[in-house]
Amino acid sequence: MKLNLRVWRQKNDAAEGAMATYQVDGISPDMSFLEMLDTLNEDLILRGEDPVAFDHDCREGICGACSLVINGDAHGPERTTTCQLHMRSFRDGDTVDVEPWRASAFPVVKDLVVDRSAFDRIIQAGGYVTAPTGAAPEAHATPVPKADAESAFEHAECIGCGACVAACPNGSAMLFTSAKVNHLNVLPQGAPERETRVLDMVARMDAEGFGGCTLTGECATACPKGIPLPSISAMNREWLRARRKAKG
Amino acid sequence: MALASSKEAAAPARPPSGTPSRGFWSSTLGKKTVMAVSGLIMLGYLVAHVAGNLKVFFGPEEFDGYAHWLRVMGAPVLHHEWALWIVRIVLLAAVGAHAVSAYQLSRRDVRARPTRYAHRRKGSSYATRTMRWGGIIVGLFIVWHVLDLTTGTVHPGGFEQGKPYQNVIDTFSTWYGNTIYIVAMLAVGLHVRHGFWSAAQTLGAGSARRDRALRLVANGLALALTAGFIAVPVGVMTGVVN
Repeated sequence: MKLNLRVWRQKNDAAEGAMATYQVDGISPDMSFLEMLDTLNEDLILRGEDPVAFDHDCREGICGACSLVINGDAHGPERTTTCQLHMRSFRDGDTVDVEPWRASAFPVVKDLVVDRSAFDRIIQAGGYVTAPTGAAPEAHATPVPKADAESAFEHAECIGCGACVAACPNGSAMLFTSAKVNHLNVLPQGAPERETRVLDMVARMDAEGFGGCTLTGECATACPKGIPLPSISAMNREWLRARRKAKG
Repeated sequence: MALASSKEAAAPARPPSGTPSRGFWSSTLGKKTVMAVSGLIMLGYLVAHVAGNLKVFFGPEEFDGYAHWLRVMGAPVLHHEWALWIVRIVLLAAVGAHAVSAYQLSRRDVRARPTRYAHRRKGSSYATRTMRWGGIIVGLFIVWHVLDLTTGTVHPGGFEQGKPYQNVIDTFSTWYGNTIYIVAMLAVGLHVRHGFWSAAQTLGAGSARRDRALRLVANGLALALTAGFIAVPVGVMTGVVN
């Protein structure tokens, strides 16, 4: 397969960037999108040019390191992470646009790499449970209703890749934050910090400069882990409840 | 996962972002709550308004009588027009709160996403994408509507207080009256379609199980309001109301 790639190139966070066009040859349909970029970079290195910088780590679709907006879709046309997107989703001779996540809370570091530490700070604000560490506790000591366990698991699937923010026309982090809040707030282990968690995480999210939610649903469509849109309403419910409790 | 990218050597970490605030109004969720509640107040008013409008099809006596009743509503406890003024004040507050929160949130949203993608794609539904401009159109319409049929300032022909039936016919006998009104009512329908469902989500009423029902109610309300309001100019144009 042969592809025309249009890739965002930007030297550093202060430099102006632009789309650059490359021809990539010798692509196998079984390659992942990242392997295709590796092929491009090997070629660039041989030609003495600067390789395209992009984030990646596990390449198994579970770490949340990879990003990329491909043809306008966060993580590309399939509902998975970019590392699990294969070149068979494209056709020989296609022109493919590759851009970094766009949000002012995610500044571009270089080329396709953005700084997502705003997410880390949201987690630091309340995405944890305070519990003594040590030996694993007796599993039956804290019973969790089946429905709650399933809801917690569903939200725990969030890998924090930031596709929700990248897809949102407002650069909002509501789907990410709601996944993290709901994951812990539904469990008994998260109950002692139920109110402070949602209040602190939402306050942090706002302070990071993410936009507000207008419920366009783009986030849930882009999410490679299928975090559902109603999670946002569930977090709003938690937030309103926490505010009532904080007052009374 | 947000990896600390390869910039530790280069620049110092990004300047610490804003300090988190726990205030209700300073939170995006607080502003959205204000928007949802004020929107639902206005929506409730619209339902009452369309019901009253449809009385036009029962003739001038009933329509004008209804308009008169609006002024003596709550009597004898309330003085003449007091109930009407209470409604007006509540509505004005709702419009103000809705507009201010929408403006502030929109400003913030634009700042949060300053760079567009080179490869653009059409995403959300038409109703969702037109919320901001649609809201502005409806806001401008309300100004014209009040000047036309409440104060009579820009009313075509002789505006007569207490004769709303004739006033309505006058307005809808002009091409621009019909055009402005029908366009605005289509905008209202679109706005309500996304707005009602969104308000439910913001107030925490949304869930996977309830989603279909909420969307159904939103679409039903939007359709009923638009059809009900547009029925009046269509009635005048076709001569059913004369």
